[in-house]
Amino acid sequence: MTELGVTAQPPATGTPLLEARHLTKHFPVHQALRTARRRLRERPAGAAAAGRPVVHALEDVSIALPRAQVTAVVGESGSGKSTLARVLARLLPPTSGELLLDGRQMPASGAGRRRYARQVQLVLQDPFSSLNPVHDVRYHLARPLRIHGLGENAGSLEESITSLLERVSLTPAGQFASKYPHELSGGQRQRVAIARALAVRPTVLLADEPVSMLDVSIRLGLLNLLSDLRERERIAILYITHDIASARYLADTIAVMYAGQIVESGPAQQVTDEPAHPYTQLLLSAAPDPERAGPPVLAARGSPPSLVSPPAGCRFHPRCPHAMAICADRAPGDFDVAPGHAAACWLHAKDLDPAQAGPIARPPAGQPPAGQPDSARSSAPEPGEETR
Amino acid sequence: MAIGTSTGLGSAPADGASLLPVPDAAGRRMRLQLPRSPKVLIGLAMLAVFLIVAVIGPWIAPYNPSRSFSATASFPQAPSAAHWLGTTQQQQDVLSQLLAGGRSTVLVAFVAGLVATVLSIVIGVTAGYAGRLTDDLLSMLANFFLVLPALPLLIVIFGFLKTAQGGHDLLIGLVIAITGWAWGARVLRAQTLSLRNRDYVESARIVGERGWRIIGFEILPNLTPIVASSFLFTVLYGVGTYTALAFLGLVNPNHWSWGGMLFYAQVAGAEQSGYWWLFIPPGIAVALLGTSLALINFGIDEFINPRLRVAGLSRRRARRAGVSGLPKRFVLGVTPVVRQDLAAAADGTPGWGPGGRAPGGPAPGAGSADLISASGHAKSRRWRRGGGQ
Repeated sequence: MTELGVTAQPPATGTPLLEARHLTKHFPVHQALRTARRRLRERPAGAAAAGRPVVHALEDVSIALPRAQVTAVVGESGSGKSTLARVLARLLPPTSGELLLDGRQMPASGAGRRRYARQVQLVLQDPFSSLNPVHDVRYHLARPLRIHGLGENAGSLEESITSLLERVSLTPAGQFASKYPHELSGGQRQRVAIARALAVRPTVLLADEPVSMLDVSIRLGLLNLLSDLRERERIAILYITHDIASARYLADTIAVMYAGQIVESGPAQQVTDEPAHPYTQLLLSAAPDPERAGPPVLAARGSPPSLVSPPAGCRFHPRCPHAMAICADRAPGDFDVAPGHAAACWLHAKDLDPAQAGPIARPPAGQPPAGQPDSARSSAPEPGEETR
Repeated sequence: MAIGTSTGLGSAPADGASLLPVPDAAGRRMRLQLPRSPKVLIGLAMLAVFLIVAVIGPWIAPYNPSRSFSATASFPQAPSAAHWLGTTQQQQDVLSQLLAGGRSTVLVAFVAGLVATVLSIVIGVTAGYAGRLTDDLLSMLANFFLVLPALPLLIVIFGFLKTAQGGHDLLIGLVIAITGWAWGARVLRAQTLSLRNRDYVESARIVGERGWRIIGFEILPNLTPIVASSFLFTVLYGVGTYTALAFLGLVNPNHWSWGGMLFYAQVAGAEQSGYWWLFIPPGIAVALLGTSLALINFGIDEFINPRLRVAGLSRRRARRAGVSGLPKRFVLGVTPVVRQDLAAAADGTPGWGPGGRAPGGPAPGAGSADLISASGHAKSRRWRRGGGQ
């Protein structure tokens, strides 16, 4: 176990359809000159210049999407879920790491991009902006078919469009095909967006919060549509959400993201029933539960850390109710808590000496407990700047 | 990620997407629909007249505009039955010059507008979409042409052109376009920057569309109102610039244009001597052409800016409903609440008109106007104000 994050391991064996290994995505921060100079002044004289500051949106994320399975990625806003989807769809190039489709890497050329698009499709979150207002539904569905040579003549094109609309239950299809996006409701638009993604008959469907903008009454219909696609078309689905309840309802595997890293992954049932990582526990305790009386009892508060200068060690330790000395110092690897269920948390390490497991020294700035060799793979960019 | 905005106020979502052509209810092909306000209709009618004159003007002119009617008279003749708009100092018919000069003016202006619009689309949209170094270079080029003083530059260029082919309308239009495209390019670049990261553009990329197709079929249709408005603006600029250059005598004087007529009027000292028929007709023609373009542009403006559109519509609707002078405003999230005490207080103040009446028992004859205003938000504000008296 040398990597930082947890690999979302599917319970099924065999090569996953789409696999991401050690994906890292950094966005350069465009800052005003004044801020840059202030940072320069405040920097301790001895500190090495870290170059331009970057947003650590994804840090060493590995995830595998097996055939006929729904893998859910849950996490709060800003945890890197959407960045992960965009990197997986190759809308954004990763800073490092590799993407394997069917065990092979795809070339970055235009033709390679199209071959990739033929297999991997992304459904965006906001159905109100993901359809071009000047084109009708027919155009939206015909384009992917034309681009990938699936509708040779007008007759078969029209047939494919009709069957696509029927698959997402937009009937009568002929009537919907000539409508413009503004004439459709949010749920209908999202169905059109999904139909467009399905037009090329992809093997991998990435859904970036496909139901979060929709009314509760239509959410279930869309979730069932995704579930149906998994069963009938054997599509590998990545379901990104911040709603852990819907992830449990739909997904086979759940991966929990926090501050750009996957902190826990495992079978959906097990992750939601016996969460191993304190962050997952926190997430679950915050989820609404109709049987609970009174407000939820939260073990920790606070907000996600700055991704420009994330906390040293475990990124969750400033909020963690169980934080130990080692948490502020070294990032945890992933520890198996059960078969197929892993958590990146020192609580699950087998052999921690008492000094490491002792109470955390707060503030943790520059005070590593004695006897802790500075790990080379500690990814904390600037421990000296850590003031949280 | 864009936040959905269609939860807005029904007809006017605040998103940029709503700047777009709205198809009619039948869901037919989308097209640019100008608001049918009197402003736009008048502007279109005026422009149509000018275009017709530009086409047939030289043929319906009563005389050859260069023909001299008298070798002996040395003063411009006032309008008469033979010469409806009088004659010039050279005893040429002013009406014929006016009709013949329209073609050149309109042609130069539209050539300038067309060429400048094409240039601004190519440069502005490319810069906005490509970003990075391409954007930097193209923006620098546009900025360079923006700060270039257009008229002095044109004077220098026309100084060279005059002897050779100064009367060539297409060439003049082209030269004017070169000084006039940068503004449109800046505006289009800005809007493209905002469109290129829209979700539907990303979706097109996910589907596998090529770059040129994304520009041409996803982004450009959404820029139509801006392109149209920038075209009219450049045509207007072309009219003004061509007239100014001709007035300065930089265009071949034997090539009739309204600016050229003004040049001869100036030479004849028309203003000092009171020969109003020499400068008023071409002056009015230029002004009216400019006005027609501006009026159409107002229509496009209303179309682009949903706020103007909403205000216009609601005011018109209010007028139709018989409520005049009602400052109707949409207030998001404010539900009209009937306040009995305030409403009762306002009942006694007839100065508030139908607005002050208690909604519980509308007076007979108040009709639909009262119903409409009673359900509107403006109404609740009114009650509050009425109660404060």
